[in-house]
Amino acid sequence: MNYLENRKYVIQAIFIVVGVVFALRLFYIQVVDSSYKQAAETNAIKTVIQYPFRGLIYDRNGKLLVENTPVYDLMVVPKETKNLDTLRLTKLLNLPLEDVRERLKKARAYSYVKPSIFYQKLTTEDFAHIQDNLIDFPGFYINARTARGYSHTSLSHALGYIAEISPRQLEDTSNYKGYRPGDYIGKSGIELEYEKHLMGQRGVKHIMVNVRGIEKGPFKDGAYDTLSVAGQNLYSTIDLELQAYGELLMNGAKGSIVAIEPATGEVLAYVSAPFYDPNLFTGKDYGKNYMQLLKDPDKTMFNRPVMADQNPPGSIFKLVQGLIALEEGVIDPNTKYACNKSLVNCHPHPSPLDLHGAVQHSCNPWFYQAYKALINQGKSPNTFTDTAIGLKEWREHVLTFGFGLKLGIDLPGEKAGIIASPELYDRVYGKNRWKYSTIYSLSIGQGELGVTPLQMANFMAIIANRGYYVTPHMIRAVGDKGKPLKEYQEKHYTSVDPKHFDPIVEGMADVVRAGTGRKANLEKVGIEVCGKTGTAQNPQGPDHAVFVAFAPKENPKIAIAVYVEHGKWGGQSAAPIAGLMIEKYLTDTVTIKEQEKWVLSRKYLDIRSK
Amino acid sequence: MPAEQTIPKYKIATRSSKRTSRNILANLDWVTVLLYFLLVGLGWMNIYAVVYSPDNVVNIFSFDINSGKQLLWIGTSVILITMMLAVDYKIYEHLAYPIYGAIILLLLFTLAVASPVAGSRSWLDLGGGVRLQPAELAKFATALAASKFLSNVNLRQQNMKDQMILAFITLLPPIIIVLQNETGSALVFGAFILAYFREGMSPLILIIGGSAAAIFILTLLVPKLYLILGIAVLMAAAIWFDYRLMRRIKSMIALFVLIIGMIFSVDYFINDVLQPHQQNRIKALISPEADPLGYGWNVTQSKIAIGSGGFWGKGFLEGTQTKFDFVPEQSTDFIFCTIGEEHGWIGSTVLIVLFLLLMTRIVNIAERQKSVFARTYGYCVASIVFFHFLVNIGMTIGLAPVVGIPLPFFSYGGSSLWSFTILLYILLAIDANRAQDLSR
Repeated sequence: MNYLENRKYVIQAIFIVVGVVFALRLFYIQVVDSSYKQAAETNAIKTVIQYPFRGLIYDRNGKLLVENTPVYDLMVVPKETKNLDTLRLTKLLNLPLEDVRERLKKARAYSYVKPSIFYQKLTTEDFAHIQDNLIDFPGFYINARTARGYSHTSLSHALGYIAEISPRQLEDTSNYKGYRPGDYIGKSGIELEYEKHLMGQRGVKHIMVNVRGIEKGPFKDGAYDTLSVAGQNLYSTIDLELQAYGELLMNGAKGSIVAIEPATGEVLAYVSAPFYDPNLFTGKDYGKNYMQLLKDPDKTMFNRPVMADQNPPGSIFKLVQGLIALEEGVIDPNTKYACNKSLVNCHPHPSPLDLHGAVQHSCNPWFYQAYKALINQGKSPNTFTDTAIGLKEWREHVLTFGFGLKLGIDLPGEKAGIIASPELYDRVYGKNRWKYSTIYSLSIGQGELGVTPLQMANFMAIIANRGYYVTPHMIRAVGDKGKPLKEYQEKHYTSVDPKHFDPIVEGMADVVRAGTGRKANLEKVGIEVCGKTGTAQNPQGPDHAVFVAFAPKENPKIAIAVYVEHGKWGGQSAAPIAGLMIEKYLTDTVTIKEQEKWVLSRKYLDIRSK
Repeated sequence: MPAEQTIPKYKIATRSSKRTSRNILANLDWVTVLLYFLLVGLGWMNIYAVVYSPDNVVNIFSFDINSGKQLLWIGTSVILITMMLAVDYKIYEHLAYPIYGAIILLLLFTLAVASPVAGSRSWLDLGGGVRLQPAELAKFATALAASKFLSNVNLRQQNMKDQMILAFITLLPPIIIVLQNETGSALVFGAFILAYFREGMSPLILIIGGSAAAIFILTLLVPKLYLILGIAVLMAAAIWFDYRLMRRIKSMIALFVLIIGMIFSVDYFINDVLQPHQQNRIKALISPEADPLGYGWNVTQSKIAIGSGGFWGKGFLEGTQTKFDFVPEQSTDFIFCTIGEEHGWIGSTVLIVLFLLLMTRIVNIAERQKSVFARTYGYCVASIVFFHFLVNIGMTIGLAPVVGIPLPFFSYGGSSLWSFTILLYILLAIDANRAQDLSR
């Protein structure tokens, strides 16, 4: 039997081998392979996002521009659905059976045990109705969150909208760090520009759940939890009442109104016509509405005040030419030129005129000659080179007025516009193959010039301020006790000395008093408006009407640019709108009822067809 | 040893019971006792960890929760131990067959009257919410009977008739238990092979059994063609190295055909012999990830729980996987998950080492017995503990199919704890009196 005793070693060896195999296997599972730890985390710890309250936006008088309203999503956890009465669900939600099945399939494909959105943004009526019946649908529950809401229908282009973050944005983790699928993010306008202020800080709650998804209290007593921090409120520069009035005036037209408080650069009104109701982008039909607007032939979604940069400014640019000519010393306020129609066409008016009169009557030949004196100063004997030098120096002046570059307004998508340059003409005509006769139309604001309505309004602010501007902006305070962002607090001086502005201002006053801008006249209520009409040539149809103005003449409170596409004559279509806006803003009432009636009659739109 | 040898036989009869008990305590194998209480105590703490909820802290001693009930089982076990040490140790040998017979009757009785619990008709309701699983008791009873049979001086291992009787003693209880639909507990009786091997059973049976199991599992994991080719190559290599095997070429070919037959019958066995839930357990072993929410749930969740423990573990009562019911049967069959999760690799390994110490200790105790009965019984104890250890921990880490058997001394449950306590302390009682045995 003795040899059998050795079998005890065999048996003990079997024990030990099994023990070692177990220890090795455990080492692999517990130490080497980390996938089990991740699986455990998603298993037992539910992270619940605490969505912060997105910042509100107020107008300059404390009226709410953008608020938050509760919306209700119907959620489903596929694992918890039992004896699902699909047919009743279709009736409850008023959805076709196919759709309900598809949604269920989608939810299951996403996760069997995690909640997913079954139906987004229930209407309030639906919510009440469904809430009452939900007891019969285990696995379904309502998730309340907030969406944007508007108690008005104005300012949609500037306010922008929020929507679910796109997959592309999610992939771009350097710019969109910390966002998760399903998060809402500013997509345009102020919502986009001030996203990081508005969004607030998301909180995360870690909740332990058991296998049936029942919550078992905070994980580690909330040691890893963070509280959500509400977004900062924004205080806009917009005067909602003025804005709504501007939209009323522009309803049915295409174009822009931009009104700025000259001293501060605060944008008082920002109308892009045609416009749409911002509430269109909050409901569940957001996608449908968006596509419809996108396809709209009138380009409703086009944010005209900052994006329409292809149109020349027309006669209002004569003011720029006058100012630069004065600064360069090629003219003085008393320089007279005759209205020589052989140079460029003009309309009947007294002749010859000084600068004041030339502005008042918008004399084309006058500015032809003044601009020639400015461009061809004889700095080079070669007329081609001389023109190039003159144009280059002129351009440098023009840029200081905020033309040809992005002003830096707190709205996305701003365009720079075009200001003619020697390089541009060299490209088109070849070096030394163009001279003043090639580019003279610049003198009257036509040709290779593209200016946005915002730049026009900013230009008015410059003249109103006699020489400087503060970058126009929509938000004057970030946070309840905030200030405007730093870049909106400094003055930008033009290269033209403030003393040269007076003759221009005088001329503009007479434009409204007795010139082409009489329809913006507010003498009746004691407001002296300074303005300038313009007509932007448009090869595609009737010319665009432009009117820029500021008021009152002394200590101005409002600078405005009105741009009516196909409005033909600035004095006819745009001036009355500017006058109405100015009166409305300065006095809160409208007395020039004749103009209002005329504008609201939309007669100026008929010009379009002529 | 000399001191023991000098104890005259007659003194035993005259010895007062008080002295006997003192002597038993002096000779008791305290290392094993210590290991026993370590395992029972650790098990109890882990049972508490399973039910522990930070929101609703219930005292570990409360009878409303499993840990409180387990304490009751532990307490009664101590009483059992005292009783078993107090009675004459010879009773186990003398009454081996009657105990075995009684348990067989109890098993049959249970089969007849038991109402099914989770599909199994193995629970005997004792009233008052207390239930007993006689299948648990069948282990020590069979161990006693088999040891008794093997200790018969007239026994010849090579005798066909004796082998049949031994096989009958060993297989009768598991057959009844299978009828009770408690296949897991029935499988435990396979462990006796180890004890019989020590007592002279041909190692061929162990090797054939192991090879058959290996081929079975390989068939599940490896395409059949590769497996057959592999075996053919192995056999050819064997002949190449030992040319004498050529003389047995017929047997070799017969064996080869047999293996091929076995390989092809695996599918039949799984699909037609096994019940669906048993099929799923096989599938779960091979690829739990194929259906993590269905048949793979137990294994997947169990591995997640253990794997999430890392090297040091999450700390006592800090586990989330086992606590929140992700792991099924967590205080009984899957109690090892709690160790793995809360105490990490270190804790798991310590537990494995404790079991290895206990099992090798039992083997050593068995070897120092002078009677065949005592030695065989000792090996039966070691084998049964080992089988539970192998399958229970193996299934939680995906190395063995899910078979519902508890971790000895550790899992929650009175029947299991009692049965293992009796199993072990019969051995310790015999061992404490082994000096007397010598003088017989």
